[in-house]
Amino acid sequence: MEHKTCFHCGLDATSSEILYDDKSFCCNGCKTVYEIFSANDLTCYYDLQNAPGATPKEVAGKYNFLENDKIVDQLLEFNNDDIQIVSLYIPHIHCSSCIWILENLNKLHPSVSSSIVNFGKKTVRITYNSEQLSLKNLVELLSSIGYEPYISLEDYSVGKKRIDRSLIYKLGVAGFAFGNVMFLSFPEYFEVGEFWLEQYKHLFRWLMFGFSLPVVFYSAQDYFISAYKGLRSKILNIDVPIALGALVLFVRSTAEIIFDAGSGFFDSLTGLIFFLLLGKFFQQKTYSFLSFERDYKSYFPIGITKINQEGKEESVQVYDIEKGDRLLIRNEELIPVDCILIKGKARIDYSFVTGESKTVTKKSGDKLFAGGKQIEGNIEVDVLNSVEQSYLTQLWSNDVFKKDKQLSFTTLTNRISKNFTITILLIALIATSYWLINDSSKALNVFTAVLIIACPCAIALSAPFTFGNILRILGKKKFYLKNASVIEQLAKINTIIFDKTGTITSNKEATISYEGETLSDLEESLLKSTLRGSNHPLSRSLYNLLADHDILTLDSYEEHIGKGIEAKHHEKNIKVGSAPFVGYSAVTSTLNTAVHVSTNNEYKGKFTFYNAYRKGLSKLFNLLKREYDLVILSGDNAGEKENLTKLLPPKAKLLFNQKPEDKLEYIKFHQSEGANVLMIGDGLNDAGALAQSNVGIAISENVNVFSPACDAILDASKFNELVNYLKVSKSAIKIIKWSFVLSFIYNIIGLYFAVTGQLAPVVAAILMPLSSISIVVFTTICTNIVGRKLK
Amino acid sequence: MSVIYILLAISIVVAVGFFVAFIIAVKSGQYDDSYTPSVRMLFEDELVKEKSDNSILTKKD
Repeated sequence: MEHKTCFHCGLDATSSEILYDDKSFCCNGCKTVYEIFSANDLTCYYDLQNAPGATPKEVAGKYNFLENDKIVDQLLEFNNDDIQIVSLYIPHIHCSSCIWILENLNKLHPSVSSSIVNFGKKTVRITYNSEQLSLKNLVELLSSIGYEPYISLEDYSVGKKRIDRSLIYKLGVAGFAFGNVMFLSFPEYFEVGEFWLEQYKHLFRWLMFGFSLPVVFYSAQDYFISAYKGLRSKILNIDVPIALGALVLFVRSTAEIIFDAGSGFFDSLTGLIFFLLLGKFFQQKTYSFLSFERDYKSYFPIGITKINQEGKEESVQVYDIEKGDRLLIRNEELIPVDCILIKGKARIDYSFVTGESKTVTKKSGDKLFAGGKQIEGNIEVDVLNSVEQSYLTQLWSNDVFKKDKQLSFTTLTNRISKNFTITILLIALIATSYWLINDSSKALNVFTAVLIIACPCAIALSAPFTFGNILRILGKKKFYLKNASVIEQLAKINTIIFDKTGTITSNKEATISYEGETLSDLEESLLKSTLRGSNHPLSRSLYNLLADHDILTLDSYEEHIGKGIEAKHHEKNIKVGSAPFVGYSAVTSTLNTAVHVSTNNEYKGKFTFYNAYRKGLSKLFNLLKREYDLVILSGDNAGEKENLTKLLPPKAKLLFNQKPEDKLEYIKFHQSEGANVLMIGDGLNDAGALAQSNVGIAISENVNVFSPACDAILDASKFNELVNYLKVSKSAIKIIKWSFVLSFIYNIIGLYFAVTGQLAPVVAAILMPLSSISIVVFTTICTNIVGRKLK
Repeated sequence: MSVIYILLAISIVVAVGFFVAFIIAVKSGQYDDSYTPSVRMLFEDELVKEKSDNSILTKKD
């Protein structure tokens, strides 16, 4: 059979037989989107990129909460008369076609006056006329073309975020002043005593002074503030010698031009601040499309349907839910509070909470926990607790979420800088006392010269540039770090703790085995044809597993929600689904999920689904065990214990039935015994453990969907590379140590000039940029060599 | 040689002009998204092409 892919979304469309405009589509949803686009002259969408689309999902009723004015008001960025502006996060934005179609929204609806995509953040900012188009309609319009926005509780009331651009301003000011001061000071470097220069040098010097003012008082203010804070808490951080150097540079230069003693060091001063800020800017690599700070708010919906006393449906804000309220949870909706099931059949997917992809079936009267997603039909529930008091959300009241990990951690640079500052002050004092005895006129000159030349520009630059570059290299390898200090923390890890489900097992793949009577060829092709029509995840994985068969045309096909599917072909009848549905009454004791099959009401057998461990797991563990203590903390029962012990080195510890708090306490205990813990997890249930650990890595099959708050996000496909990433972090520390050595050599050369009292502005002006630039070159080359070794 | 005052004044005015332009550019959010504009600027041509294609199509109908 000829292989065909869907023209819209690129999925397999061989068997769908949906043709339109000579193009094949995998489903009617995709075809509808194509129809919309071709009717509106928007087929250019498909020229920019092959099969860029996504299948639109059924959203009827899902966005009813957008009828509530109070909720809408909180989401809008701007709301005046009939003009409204909203920024929506759309996870599907991934290519130039997406940008194009979203920026041409006004062709689909004339009320949209402008739409601007931010590709990095995956957001679109839409201005529209609210009299002709409500926010709800807009969201439904976007959903209908496959660009469903993601609206969560996190968006509530943060419509007007302020962007901090102060670093760019500071960098701009410093760069501007640096360039101009360099021009102005250039004549005096060489032409001392020349007539015209003598006449105008005062003007030049005061101009330089003027340019340096904004640099010292605006651009460099962070260094002064940080140094002051450090001194107050009795820590000699790297900013102390920097602030001291900058201050001495400024005061001495000003004094020199006032007393006409020299041209001052304004060039070095502005250059120093410029380079330092450049390092800071380089280190500040952020992945705007990822968020490392998520808590339950980014998972929870904003509004939910409440059934009021008259039995009518109304949308309420999630925070307004009270104990005793009756809620309607629609298919695919998340349960925001702990509640009791009253009406309907619940099948809950707790994968947000536990990382476990298997669904749980509940019947009325059962307790449901917040965070589960209903995936079959509508249910009605009675609320037990408000949002803040629900079982899941209470985890966030733990202190661990309030403390900043970085504050409790001394960086390598700061440790070095402590000894460095003390040494420099000693050298300055010794040199000054020597000159006081021999030639007191030079003493002050020497004292300030030592502080100026010792200003640790190169030391301060080596860490930002090394870490910044490593951060970028790892980002390209799909290992996204929150910030540069995570690399330093990673290098110090000695214990690694893994979560089981979703972390070392793969959610995507499952191993399926068949038990029972062998199916005949006809039965197997009948089974495959039956499964084809179903969208249930188990049907899909079973469908993919079965060998190729001719597809039979079914005479009848019926899906019984929550039970299974039934189909008929000629005289053959097939039932696929749960044990009671296919008429199998024997008790099954297995903990694993199974799909049962019967034909013509005769039981045939069952397909059992097992956890599939990630490929290369045991190899990774064997590599890791040499240097690290390995632990597996699982929230599941011990059903997989045997399997795991076979796979993993005997040294690895296995602990089962661990509640989220248990995981957190386990890590806390080991940290108190001096362990540096790396936690790798995926679900919200690991959130506490990820926050408590020294480094928390969230593993994710798709980095664009949500992962709990963490220090780093690792793409699941790169799980095996973990050991190499840990090695890279260690190499980074080595590179920094070597560049410290390099910058010490520059400092010793500079100190020679300073101590002997012959530091001319031109020497400082050469030495400072030279040391900075060579450090940058050195770290860049070294990190790239390290990065090249990564696959 | 007092022309140097004029020259200095001009050079500083020009420099400050560029500096102000930079600040305004940052303030207006030009540096917030450094990727999308690079894609967006390539669309214009395709739009024109698409329009002409469509006019042919409508003629056929």
